[in-house]
Amino acid sequence: MADKIILFLQQLINGLAQGSIYALIALGYTMVFGVLRFINFAHGDVYMLGAFAGFYIGPRMLHLFGDKPGYGVLVSMLLVTMILCALIGVLIEWLCYRPLRDRPKLTVLITAIGVSLFLENGGQFLFGADPKSFPEILTDSYLSLPESWGRISELGIQLSAAISMLVTVILLFGLRHIVLHTKMGMAMRALSFNPVAASLMGINNSVVIAFTFGLGSALAGAAGILTSIQQPSIDPLMGVNAGLKAFVAAVLGGIGNLPGAALGGILIGVIETMVVGYVSPTYRDAIVFGVLILILLVKPTGLLGASEQEKV
Amino acid sequence: MRSQLLLLLTLVACGVISTLSSGMNPYYYDILVGIGINIILAAGLNLVNGYTGQFSLGHAGFMAVGAYGSSWLTLSYGYVLGSSSIAMSAFYVLALLLGGIGAALVGLIVGIPSLRLRGDYLAIVTLGFNEIIKGIIQNCEALGAQRGLGGMVLHTNFFWTFAFAALTVYVVVSLVNSTYGRGFLAVKDDEIAAEAMGINTTKYKVLAFVLAAFFAGIAGGLYAHFKQFIHPEGFNFIKSVDIVVMVILGGMGSTIGVCLAAVLLTILPELLRYVSRIDALPEWLRHVTENRMILYSLLLIILMLTRPQGLFGVRLPRKK
Repeated sequence: MADKIILFLQQLINGLAQGSIYALIALGYTMVFGVLRFINFAHGDVYMLGAFAGFYIGPRMLHLFGDKPGYGVLVSMLLVTMILCALIGVLIEWLCYRPLRDRPKLTVLITAIGVSLFLENGGQFLFGADPKSFPEILTDSYLSLPESWGRISELGIQLSAAISMLVTVILLFGLRHIVLHTKMGMAMRALSFNPVAASLMGINNSVVIAFTFGLGSALAGAAGILTSIQQPSIDPLMGVNAGLKAFVAAVLGGIGNLPGAALGGILIGVIETMVVGYVSPTYRDAIVFGVLILILLVKPTGLLGASEQEKV
Repeated sequence: MRSQLLLLLTLVACGVISTLSSGMNPYYYDILVGIGINIILAAGLNLVNGYTGQFSLGHAGFMAVGAYGSSWLTLSYGYVLGSSSIAMSAFYVLALLLGGIGAALVGLIVGIPSLRLRGDYLAIVTLGFNEIIKGIIQNCEALGAQRGLGGMVLHTNFFWTFAFAALTVYVVVSLVNSTYGRGFLAVKDDEIAAEAMGINTTKYKVLAFVLAAFFAGIAGGLYAHFKQFIHPEGFNFIKSVDIVVMVILGGMGSTIGVCLAAVLLTILPELLRYVSRIDALPEWLRHVTENRMILYSLLLIILMLTRPQGLFGVRLPRKK
């Protein structure tokens, strides 16, 4: 019995670590949905670009820090990658979505799928289709509780996973601050409430939308780095699966709802780890899609989402 | 009456061309049959994505159901009607139809969530169903699991492919020009208004789904008995996108445009393969032409920015 509990707790810890990555990506989906009411399919691929930015910046950054892996390298890499990804996000919005602002939704959706496919296949063309090994920017170790604590000391976590959970929490609080306590955040909330009224109040909608894309993409970029320090094998298609699962997470939490996206991400991470641990790894993806279909049929607004009346 | 006559003439022409085509270069024959199969797929999907204004991203899943269903039937019971070539062909056509019906049943199951979902959600859910169908096949030993399924007898020829293609186009065109067609268009233009006018939007959406799935199933059966080997990865997301690109390029809601796009996009990869072998071109350009998905995705983006109605489509009104 004790074995089973220990195993369950260990799975839970692993699920939380995986879920924090999904949460970071899901936030980008949900924020863009909040201001533009459409799903940015290319978001998962921005996460991939974040990992590849790290792949190319990593060695140079390590060199700058005297070839010693450590927290300084990690933090500066996170910052550079987030800025880069934010720029990419703004660029995508400016080139592909802005010209389609008042076109039918289907047009925007098809464009988003096109952008996603372009980033995936362009990535394969540019970076090569084979998996690359991410540079070691952090000396990983296994953390566990002191032996004197008895059986519970069998629980443990990789240092990299612990750090990525910590960074996720910091970023979530940072995001919360931006959305709730800055002018830009207030503008974002106003825009998602009513775009026409927001622009009547003197908000420049285009600037706010670009900022939202930048913010979401920066979080996706950070997620790319945080995944790569845990599983140092990256490839141009890594964003497809992660993006889809993060999308499911955003829907599960209630799309357009920020705490919902974080909650949904963590839930999806835990569900996935439990399915792999207790059922079978082959059902990993099918179960996640099953969750999506179920939530859309039972409660389409998600766990924390409020229902929205459609105006005629 | 005119359209029935046209269908009959096309079928006769298919038979004549089929007997003449026996000595044809196998490479061109391959492309020709590919065109026919893609016309069936794209014209069917156009019912859902074009006329009814829904967005399905899982058409390859239905194709897989038809391909595996009919192959399983011909492999297991191929000799039930006797082993003469006529009996075998008759059973093959029966298997195609049953495969189509199987796919239609799956389409009904996928159609049910479409009652409540629109746009982006529907796209993701159909994509999810595509993955789930693929996952089930990959875990099913009777269907060859990860190894793929082979050993089907070569039944598909020019006649059957284009006979079914003509039939598909005939059914789609007749349907669209009937009361049902008005219903599809009403759902596409404004679902709420359509419902307010007393149109059973659910019925039309499900009907479009089921019919499109049926044709995709038949296309899958034709494909399986032409290539004589099928693999779960052949019916993945990329295949679904291929079909969607045909519908979008041709113009959603224009059957003739979609058929032309199907022809164009079946020939295009072969042309690109030819281009990528020209030594005079710079290295990077040859690399790009080898990866057709880069070009397809660019095509999608540019088309949406400049001509969202596709090459032959009717322009959608701007909506706030």
